[in-house]
Amino acid sequence: MADPVTMTINGREIQAAPGTLVIEAARKNGIEIPSFCYYEGYSLQAACRMCLVEVEKAPKLMVACTLPVAPGMVVHTESQKVKDARKYTLEFLLTNHPLDCPVCDKGGECELQDMVFRYGAGESRFTEEKLHVQEQQWSPVVFYDGPRCILCFRCVRACNEGMGVGALGVVNRGSVSLIAPNHGDHLECDECGQCIDICPVGALTSGTYRYQTRPWEMEHTGTICTHCSNGCKTTLGVRNDKIIRGNNRDRSGINGEFLCVKGRYAFDFYDHPERLQSPMIRVNGKLEPVSWSKALKHVAEKFSEIKARNGKFGVIGSNHTTNEENFYLQKFVRQGLGSNNIDHKRTGDVVTLIDALSGTTGTLATTADLYEGKTFLILGADLAIEQPFLSFQIRASMRHHAAKVFVVTSKEVREDAYAKKSIRKAAGSEIEALEELREALAAESDLVIVFGSSVKGEAVRKLVAFGESLGKPVKYCALVDYSNSRGAVDMGLMAELHPGYHPSETPGMTLPEMLADETLDALWVINENPLEAAGLASDKAFVVVQDLFLTETAQRADVVLPSASAYEKNGTVTNVCGEIQRLQKAVTVMGTKPDLEIIGLIAKEMGLAPAMGPWVSETVYGEIRRSVKGYDIALPLVAMAAQQTAPVNGRVNVADKSALIQGAHETLFTSGTLGRYSKVLNSVIEKRAGMSLAAQEESHV
Amino acid sequence: MYNQPHPLEVKVLTRRFGLPNSRSIDTYMANDGYTGLKKALEMTPEQIVDYVKLSGLRGRGGAGFPTGLKWSFVPRTSPKPKYIMVNADESEPGTCKDRLLIENDPHQVIEGAMIAGLAINAEQGYIYIRGEYRYLIELMDKAIEEAYAKGVLGENVMGTGKRFHFATHSGAGAYECGEESALLESFEGKRGNPRIRPPFPAVAGVYQSPTILNNVETYSAVAPIFQQGAEYFCGLGSPKNGGTRLFCVSGHVERPGVYELPMGTNLLKIIHEVAGGVRGGKKLKAVIPGGSSCPVLKADECDINMDFDSLAAAKSMLGSGGIVVMDEDTCIVKAALRIMRFYAHESCGWCIPCREGTTWLRKLLQRFHDGMGTRSDIVLIGDLSKNMLGRTFCPLGDAAAMPTIAFVEKFRDEFEAHLDGKPCPKENISRLVAA
Repeated sequence: MADPVTMTINGREIQAAPGTLVIEAARKNGIEIPSFCYYEGYSLQAACRMCLVEVEKAPKLMVACTLPVAPGMVVHTESQKVKDARKYTLEFLLTNHPLDCPVCDKGGECELQDMVFRYGAGESRFTEEKLHVQEQQWSPVVFYDGPRCILCFRCVRACNEGMGVGALGVVNRGSVSLIAPNHGDHLECDECGQCIDICPVGALTSGTYRYQTRPWEMEHTGTICTHCSNGCKTTLGVRNDKIIRGNNRDRSGINGEFLCVKGRYAFDFYDHPERLQSPMIRVNGKLEPVSWSKALKHVAEKFSEIKARNGKFGVIGSNHTTNEENFYLQKFVRQGLGSNNIDHKRTGDVVTLIDALSGTTGTLATTADLYEGKTFLILGADLAIEQPFLSFQIRASMRHHAAKVFVVTSKEVREDAYAKKSIRKAAGSEIEALEELREALAAESDLVIVFGSSVKGEAVRKLVAFGESLGKPVKYCALVDYSNSRGAVDMGLMAELHPGYHPSETPGMTLPEMLADETLDALWVINENPLEAAGLASDKAFVVVQDLFLTETAQRADVVLPSASAYEKNGTVTNVCGEIQRLQKAVTVMGTKPDLEIIGLIAKEMGLAPAMGPWVSETVYGEIRRSVKGYDIALPLVAMAAQQTAPVNGRVNVADKSALIQGAHETLFTSGTLGRYSKVLNSVIEKRAGMSLAAQEESHV
Repeated sequence: MYNQPHPLEVKVLTRRFGLPNSRSIDTYMANDGYTGLKKALEMTPEQIVDYVKLSGLRGRGGAGFPTGLKWSFVPRTSPKPKYIMVNADESEPGTCKDRLLIENDPHQVIEGAMIAGLAINAEQGYIYIRGEYRYLIELMDKAIEEAYAKGVLGENVMGTGKRFHFATHSGAGAYECGEESALLESFEGKRGNPRIRPPFPAVAGVYQSPTILNNVETYSAVAPIFQQGAEYFCGLGSPKNGGTRLFCVSGHVERPGVYELPMGTNLLKIIHEVAGGVRGGKKLKAVIPGGSSCPVLKADECDINMDFDSLAAAKSMLGSGGIVVMDEDTCIVKAALRIMRFYAHESCGWCIPCREGTTWLRKLLQRFHDGMGTRSDIVLIGDLSKNMLGRTFCPLGDAAAMPTIAFVEKFRDEFEAHLDGKPCPKENISRLVAA
């Protein structure tokens, strides 16, 4: 590290690392230099001219966003000359700006408003006619209002550099320049909406949020997206108990500002008209709405009866429910119902990885490692489509650290475009390519390996052996598919594993075994839809389903209990990198209950409440801390920032069940049951592009 | 085609103009052509750069930066390939010299570029010709073909075993792409926005590699410097302003045209003797001395030597040598409007002050010229220009601001004559700056 540079800003002596830009050095020392186009993490533009500062001995004002610090440099950021420059740049900016703040979505959180308020002139000298162009809709979720645009090119960079999509550009020149989408009149992209968030003014607006509310009328709840396993923080704007928008402008959480289309828009499943809001019991072959007390009593009676006659239970947990719910569920099943027949839909081979890494520490990658790392090996995963935030992290590392990326996949992926080397291998045979990469990987200083569900069982062990043979720090991440898939494994929603990877002495039935068992007496499914793809062999099974919607599984149920979604409850979830984060309740949907409460009430009805303990997520979390290895992290710490749990160290002595693992391969526009009920995900052209014509017509109806 | 030469001209760059088939390589070689290259082939890169320094040649694109010094900035030891770029995106209103140099003597440009190539060990050169000069691209392509056929260009330059390739590249009609970094962006196939500088093209030019980027006239001057000697060339001009200059005289003169005159020739001498005086015996009102971006000179300021330093002392610029002469019937408001209309049209839109400032000023000047101005507008015109000046990303904003400031300061009375709903007092008289 080179010696810091000493310089003066506004009479204050400050120090900064060589190469630091003046604007950054000032900001780090609490001195604001305003800017529109300068945006941390993206390429420099020097286009907005708001950051002009006076540098002694320089003949004219200098642009602080491209000027590196120099020893002895004397900078003034608040001199009259600088103030004038800001004021008149803003005056120029407002000439063609429509000043429609009263109806603009951005009003109240607009950077242009803030700048004019702070640095601008009180009156306008512009009396000419303003330029006007019509507003354009580029996709169901992106609108562009040209006159409001100040051409800071943030959106262009976020799309091109951040997302690697490059769907936005500039057309025309001079004052009639406009931002334009990649397909002339519409966008075909990830529909992530980052361009909307990053827009300092109301030029790019959200199709779902526009004209819904004023920003200050919303309450904000920071919680975790319930779709994929990346665990992005999403800040939900709520008004009158309705979620109006999702974004993460405060950059809290592991994902900074990043959100994909699901995190930003696909919360909308929660108030889908088909959402279940009342328990139902099958009467004469038809599901009829009943009260909660009646439904719970019915379930408890049946469960007690089956338990009493030593009947066969089959319990399928969820990839979306909280750690507390999962923990409480398996405890109830194992201790209350006396069964080990509990499982979930397995989407990645975490178990073998943890076993293979036993005895090591610091070998599980965090989401931060996917940015800090200098070399990445991606095996069997279309990262940009299936793990959008991880892909974003690696792209950022490419830009900032010149990270090298190696890809082994069965088909073309977005990472190919900047990969050092891409190798095509059929799914399941990815590790055959390892030796081909040995030389290149050995030359690098570190390595992060992420692998998809097709790398499982023995292949994971070989991969770890390969990593160890490189003789350098290697970190791993076994990709899983849903918001708490990792937590489901950690919490022991597994026939053969108890929480904390403790092998079961008497392993129970796995998910396919339950469905195939003709003598099953009860099937209890929590927010999962196993009957979508498979049948239930047992005709006599008493089926209880907790879900948000009447899925294929719920349609077969004898009792349906409407549960709350992740946005309607508290708790913790663990993301793909084993980082635990906190869910916070944003809204209430009438008639539903969180799964934790439902399980607790069933236990209570069965007279097992004293043994189970209270169904309060904080209390259950306390129990998790005590009994699950790696989870001993105080809740306030989790509330502040994601914490990586480290359940490694020590073998996991169970039979290899990796054959059960099946990747869900959800795209940016699908998300299991939740995705089916998201209006936004079903409305975008990119989703429809993958559907048959008949299906498209159907979706229009 | 070009105008009749004038006896006062000192023909160095233009000396082959008017020869039969002047643009062919045979005519060129029969008249000292490529002898400069031969000489340079025997020199080291350092010697070539020093020789150009000795000639006192300063960049002819407008800024007048010493050419030899510019060449010396190129890191010759860089492992990257080096490039030569010829800026033939001649777009400054009032300037029309580069087209004649390419049209009449394309090989002189190629020879200059090749000598520059030797100075930095470049093996590839390009000439970026503005899209509107379509016919010149064809002429240049033909000249390049001839040079390859004669073994001047190619894998074995004049039998020395050195390599140099040269190709044309078309612009697409943007003034901004005459700015060197925007030219490079455009050349690379991107939107013609200027780049953040530093790094300058000498370090990171074509494909981020070290590049010499000069104007057509600059390269055209390099050839005779090596053919006829640096001392000879230097001696033609005034101190620190070596050589001759192609002055493009347009506007209200009897004989508009491009004249090659020694640097430092008196402006009045150019107007009254070389260009035959103000048209129709009218009185001289004002002169734009170096293309539309240069602050105007009032008639009484025109007794001035046309070199970089004298004009800088008069708070104007020699620029690209485009002398626009205005007679007493010219409406200065309309001239200012016409120029601002150009810059508003050509602003690339990258930075706020230029993008919004030029458009505002265009609208304001239009309204003002239409007789709907107010007294405060006169102040505003100057104010807005000053708010652009020095605050824009590239010099285009300055180019729009500087002449406007000068028009308002030097001809305030003419602005006041448009006040109070009065129609333009000069309307239907002057056609020079007709919209």
